[in-house]
Amino acid sequence: MSSLSRRSVLKTAALGSAAAVASPYVSGAYAAGTLTLGCWDHWVPGANKALDKLAQDWGEKNKVEVKIDYITSQGEKDKLTAAAEAQAGTGHDIMSHRDWNIRIHQDKLEPLDDLVNGLIKQYGPISPVAEYLAKIKGTWRGVPTTVGSQVKPCCSRFDLYKEHAGIDVRDMFPADEKKWDKAKVDSWTWDKYVESAQKLHKAGFPVGLPLGQTSDAVDWVGGLFNAYGVVMVDAKDNIKINSDETRQAMEIARKITESMSPDVFAWDDAGNNRWLISGKGAGIMNPPSAWAVAKRDNPKVAEQCWTHPVPRGPKGRFVGQLPQFYGVWQFSKNKQAAKDFLTYISQKEAVASLVEASVGYDLPSFKSMYDLKTWNEVEPPKGTVYGYPPRGDEQTSIVGAPARSEVGAQIYNQAINTVMISKFTQGKEKLDDVIKWAENELQGTLRA
Amino acid sequence: MADTVQTWGSTVPDKAAAKPNKMQKFLRQRSTIAFLMCLPLILIIICLVIYPAFYSIYLSMLNKSQTRFIGLGNFAFLISRDTFWQVVAQSTIFALSAVFFKALIGLITAHLVNNLPVKGQRKWRGMLLVPWVIPLALSTLGWWWMFDPTNSAFNYTLRSLGFEGIPWLSDPYWARFSVILVNVWYGAPFFLIMYLAALKSVPEQLYEAASIDGASAWQKFIHITLPMMRNIIAITVLFSLIVTFANFDIVQIMTAGGPRNMTHMFATYSFLLGIRSGDLPLGAATSLFMFPILGIAAVFILRGVRKRGREIG
Repeated sequence: MSSLSRRSVLKTAALGSAAAVASPYVSGAYAAGTLTLGCWDHWVPGANKALDKLAQDWGEKNKVEVKIDYITSQGEKDKLTAAAEAQAGTGHDIMSHRDWNIRIHQDKLEPLDDLVNGLIKQYGPISPVAEYLAKIKGTWRGVPTTVGSQVKPCCSRFDLYKEHAGIDVRDMFPADEKKWDKAKVDSWTWDKYVESAQKLHKAGFPVGLPLGQTSDAVDWVGGLFNAYGVVMVDAKDNIKINSDETRQAMEIARKITESMSPDVFAWDDAGNNRWLISGKGAGIMNPPSAWAVAKRDNPKVAEQCWTHPVPRGPKGRFVGQLPQFYGVWQFSKNKQAAKDFLTYISQKEAVASLVEASVGYDLPSFKSMYDLKTWNEVEPPKGTVYGYPPRGDEQTSIVGAPARSEVGAQIYNQAINTVMISKFTQGKEKLDDVIKWAENELQGTLRA
Repeated sequence: MADTVQTWGSTVPDKAAAKPNKMQKFLRQRSTIAFLMCLPLILIIICLVIYPAFYSIYLSMLNKSQTRFIGLGNFAFLISRDTFWQVVAQSTIFALSAVFFKALIGLITAHLVNNLPVKGQRKWRGMLLVPWVIPLALSTLGWWWMFDPTNSAFNYTLRSLGFEGIPWLSDPYWARFSVILVNVWYGAPFFLIMYLAALKSVPEQLYEAASIDGASAWQKFIHITLPMMRNIIAITVLFSLIVTFANFDIVQIMTAGGPRNMTHMFATYSFLLGIRSGDLPLGAATSLFMFPILGIAAVFILRGVRKRGREIG
């Protein structure tokens, strides 16, 4: 969509609104104007249609013409579009923002306190990661989306785990939380993970956890660091990376790395998916996208996949979460319609249709919505993604927290945690030198 | 009314034709016509090159939230960072080695093509230009698939021949080699075509005279070809140096700067800081860092070109 056409669209919307006010008895098809959205282009075929349908239904009911442009995240095109719109002060009314983008554009986004607080009142506590990323200085600048929001739990080949590591992941995490045995769940620790990774490596089916500088790598390392209580920078700008907790977590990471293919240092976010789908790997940490593609390309692998919580450490069980948000630009000319539409698509019924269309990939930010039937019903095997939404003692986390979000964004995007592990394992640098390097990098992130 | 118009029409235009006014004179000047014809291009350059360039200079002098002017603060911050110096070193290694090999391969291939019979030359020229003609992002993706960390086509071939696979993209040094290789593959045809054009313009009589004097092929190359090509070599090297320093696509697609930040270039690091991490001013400062250095290099190289041009003239 060109800026010229957007302008003309906005102009038409404004004129339409003015006409509606001036002539209250005239009601056209789109009497309440036009609403434009720039949305993340879903990788699941057909998933965009669910949002289209919601937009159409709402638009017809409210006499608003809703136009959605789907923008791919390949090559960060969605982020580039948001940056361009923010700089130009013109564009869509609503824009979807991945991970840290709400913070980046906070000054140009409309406060959405009424909307989000209303949803919290309706559906209970919201994900702390979503709050950390979108509630800035006490004001919500974005509303968490269902579309594209994800966590990265274990996706394991239960046949290989059982045969080579003696662990029955389906027995440990059956597709009904009420049947979870606390002793068995508690036994799933990072130490146990290392032990099983070594056995699987020996058997020729290593686990595949990426150690590049993209989000899948950053997120699993973040979960590990949190499980050991590693704090990189605290909320008061103190650099805390030089700690015993860091040394413990790095040691675990070293052991895991030794049990994986050396290719993991070059993997992007698709590398681990391909590893599992190829049948070479016994497990990864990822949303159900790898399983969904395996279902299409290698059904025999998909039939043996089971998504379940990540291991726990001394400080708890933490899974990396990467929510997306919708933000309403301050230059939007149809703010009220934008807020109304966002409220509509955040209702549980709408969320259910989005989750269903994405085969369970999309994850709402309200725990009270984790009982949607999609996660129970998706197969093969039945219940394979039941453990995708965080259940039991699994908590969500994001690398960079609890530092100020400006600092956290730098820590996350510069992948300081995965570079630490790469330096320590692949680069064979001394742990103290690696920590010193990290301290220096973290110092840089504190720049005012 | 109609008569009156006819009367005016029959007298006034003749006088005007005899004595054009100042505006008509101005519009008829050749320089004015030339300027007007160039105007669309000038406007495009102003909008798409000059304005963004000055805007990025302005942006690089703002604080992180773009609310305060901080002068050279971003540049001062950058030079205090180890990772930034790593990027400087990598960009320099990348650009110098890639340009050197592109020039070398271009020169050798240009000679080979120049010595082919005229009939077959056109086909070879066309084929050798293919890497330069294919959209870079597309061809780099092809290379990435061949270097793929887990399913590399090269490694498949190596293993079937009984050799060990090579960690093309997962080992930092091999990754540096791989991105340079792709850049050389892509850029060498440009040198080839420029050098070929330069070779064609060397007068044949010079070679004939040298042959009569008993000069060897190497002596002809050193004493005739190279001096005659010096200007074109200087200009292509300068042009390629600037473009290679600013390379983004190859590194972003193949390694995204990894492993361990060891393949980052100015452009990819700038993208990481500016777009992914949301610090546009710091990203702009990173991308502008080489501007003065390349500017000085350009002045010296172009001065040499002018000097030699005057000598020839």
